[in-house]
Amino acid sequence: MESLGVLLPIPMNAYLESELDRRYKVFRLWESPPERRQDFIRANAAAIRAVVGNSKAGADADTIDALPRLEIVACFSVGLDKVDLAKCRERGIRVTNTPDVLTDDVADLAIGLAIAVLRRLCQADRFVRSGAWLSKGGYKLTTRFSGKTIGIIGLGRIGLAVAKRAEAFGCPISYYSRSEKPNTNYKYYSNLIDLAANCHVLVVACPLTEETYHIVNREVLDALGPKGVLVNIGRGPHVDEPELVAALREGRLGGAGLDVFEQEPDVPEELFGMENVVLVPHVGSGTNETRNAMADLVIGNLEAHVMNKPLLTPVV
Amino acid sequence: MGVMDGSDSDNRSPLNLGGYLAIQWTAVHWVERAMESFGVLLAARIDPYLEAELDRRFKLFRLWESPPAQRREFLRENAEAIRAVVGSPALGADAEMIDLLPRLEIVANFGVGLDKVDLRRCRDRGVRVVYTPDVVTDDTADLAIGLAIAAMRRICDSDRYLKDGSWKGKGDYKLTSKFSGKTVGILGLGRIGQAVAKRAEGFGCPICYCSRSEKRHTSYKYYPSVLELAANCQVLVVACPLTEETRHIINREVIDALGPKGVLVNVGRGPHVDECELVSALHDGRLGAAGLDVFEHEPHVPERLFGLDNVILVPHIGTDTLETSKAMADLILENLEAHVSNRPLPTPVF
Repeated sequence: MESLGVLLPIPMNAYLESELDRRYKVFRLWESPPERRQDFIRANAAAIRAVVGNSKAGADADTIDALPRLEIVACFSVGLDKVDLAKCRERGIRVTNTPDVLTDDVADLAIGLAIAVLRRLCQADRFVRSGAWLSKGGYKLTTRFSGKTIGIIGLGRIGLAVAKRAEAFGCPISYYSRSEKPNTNYKYYSNLIDLAANCHVLVVACPLTEETYHIVNREVLDALGPKGVLVNIGRGPHVDEPELVAALREGRLGGAGLDVFEQEPDVPEELFGMENVVLVPHVGSGTNETRNAMADLVIGNLEAHVMNKPLLTPVV
Repeated sequence: MGVMDGSDSDNRSPLNLGGYLAIQWTAVHWVERAMESFGVLLAARIDPYLEAELDRRFKLFRLWESPPAQRREFLRENAEAIRAVVGSPALGADAEMIDLLPRLEIVANFGVGLDKVDLRRCRDRGVRVVYTPDVVTDDTADLAIGLAIAAMRRICDSDRYLKDGSWKGKGDYKLTSKFSGKTVGILGLGRIGQAVAKRAEGFGCPICYCSRSEKRHTSYKYYPSVLELAANCQVLVVACPLTEETRHIINREVIDALGPKGVLVNVGRGPHVDECELVSALHDGRLGAAGLDVFEHEPHVPERLFGLDNVILVPHIGTDTLETSKAMADLILENLEAHVSNRPLPTPVF
């Protein structure tokens, strides 16, 4: 049987790569200089039947068109915004992602960022390390996390996991979603502005699609308000970033905990000096345990495909 | 005939109602006057709202207005007037202070940790002690969880990595360690310990604990020794009172048992932990990570910790939120007013 040719657009994870190498023929796109990548794909198109994508690089329309033998796109992520799903459906290309295994990590980070922002943990840590505790006295008062209303955009696996954790802190939960979810006690808002106006911490946990692009815009930020905190563990483009920076600069928004940005790894430097902002470099699922589990799921899906068995976590 | 039986018809007469109101007014006025002349010593500059309210309601003495070398003089000079001390985690009411205040009736502790109050001396002297339980529970437990997640997921270090340009220059941050599902071991299952447990359960963390005695009403796994607890959990949270028995309870043995993947979170008191051993263990990799709110000699923090990315160091902020500080201050004021008015104390230790 012909060894599965797998296109890997960028380095993602050493364990994943070694497992792919062990089983398949791996084509590493980044080994070609950018101007020669189209040629590289053309040259190997006959062999490439799979693409492994992630949050940064997947399979857009051009890539799919350049790979006539493409059968499956296996994402090393749960987000599918870098895959042209419509094109895959048209071509009969299967798509898989890595749901569930990363839910906990991402939800943990959302709560961690919320507490870090409200209680100024990173600021306070810097305060200690700079010697200020000795010279200036105590750190200032911050604000309590427990009991604050959490508003969640998107009540999927990750949204529900955030809700479950926040409930343990006595936080009332409300959410905005394309449709109301039947089996929860959480308060549903059919309008995002209303959700933002009625919560203290707003967590972005929905997929990035055309509809949700810049869903957190100036109006939403203003509704969240000078005491409100935005936590983004979704995708950078969920938020109108220049508006976010302006709102923080002008005090119209109380604070932000951000794991994702519109143009990663570029982050607006104006945010760096703000004490009410915590910025982390897209580490949502970045633990050893979870990345290993994600890699196993990618391999598992590819193996199932090769063996003509039901895919483990298909999207298309 | 003519017996005053306190029947309603008698009490409703204008003369008796006037008398009743006069007595009430006198009583309130008397209490207010009593409070104004009631001397309260504030041991440290804890909180501006508390200070302002104490000043407004009582006769306030500020210990820090005299230099430390003249502390005894200050106390002696004002001993006649001082009937209450309001203490904090930094400075409470030790034996020396209590002995210098013969008219001391009550010590009000701004906090739930009583290690800076000489409780035995207070008991001997018949001095009441009050503190601020419950209102501090949520904030302290929130901080414990926040420190655990921040330490394991390197939130502060990766924030620094992003801001110093490393994400652009060097690529993605390294992989860290998952928090959810890790076994959380709690030393001390009081109000704060239970609040930590409840939160950790929201993350699917199995809970175990060590305490002076097993708590019947919980289903958490009990270990009779802190060494066994450390050997069987991944995140160890210190949430017990500081006493002679618990000083340096987290020693080298316990730290080694917690191990290279273990995380220590201290929201108790600095002296709970043998700090030298902790620093060595973190440097040697014998302990995985730590989230610390308290230190043996605050505000001194071992500088050898500053260069480590696997520790979070915060300056004793466990209860330092606007909401909780005000609630603590209000509770102190309530207790003092109750004492002056001879009413039951809301939150006595004894």
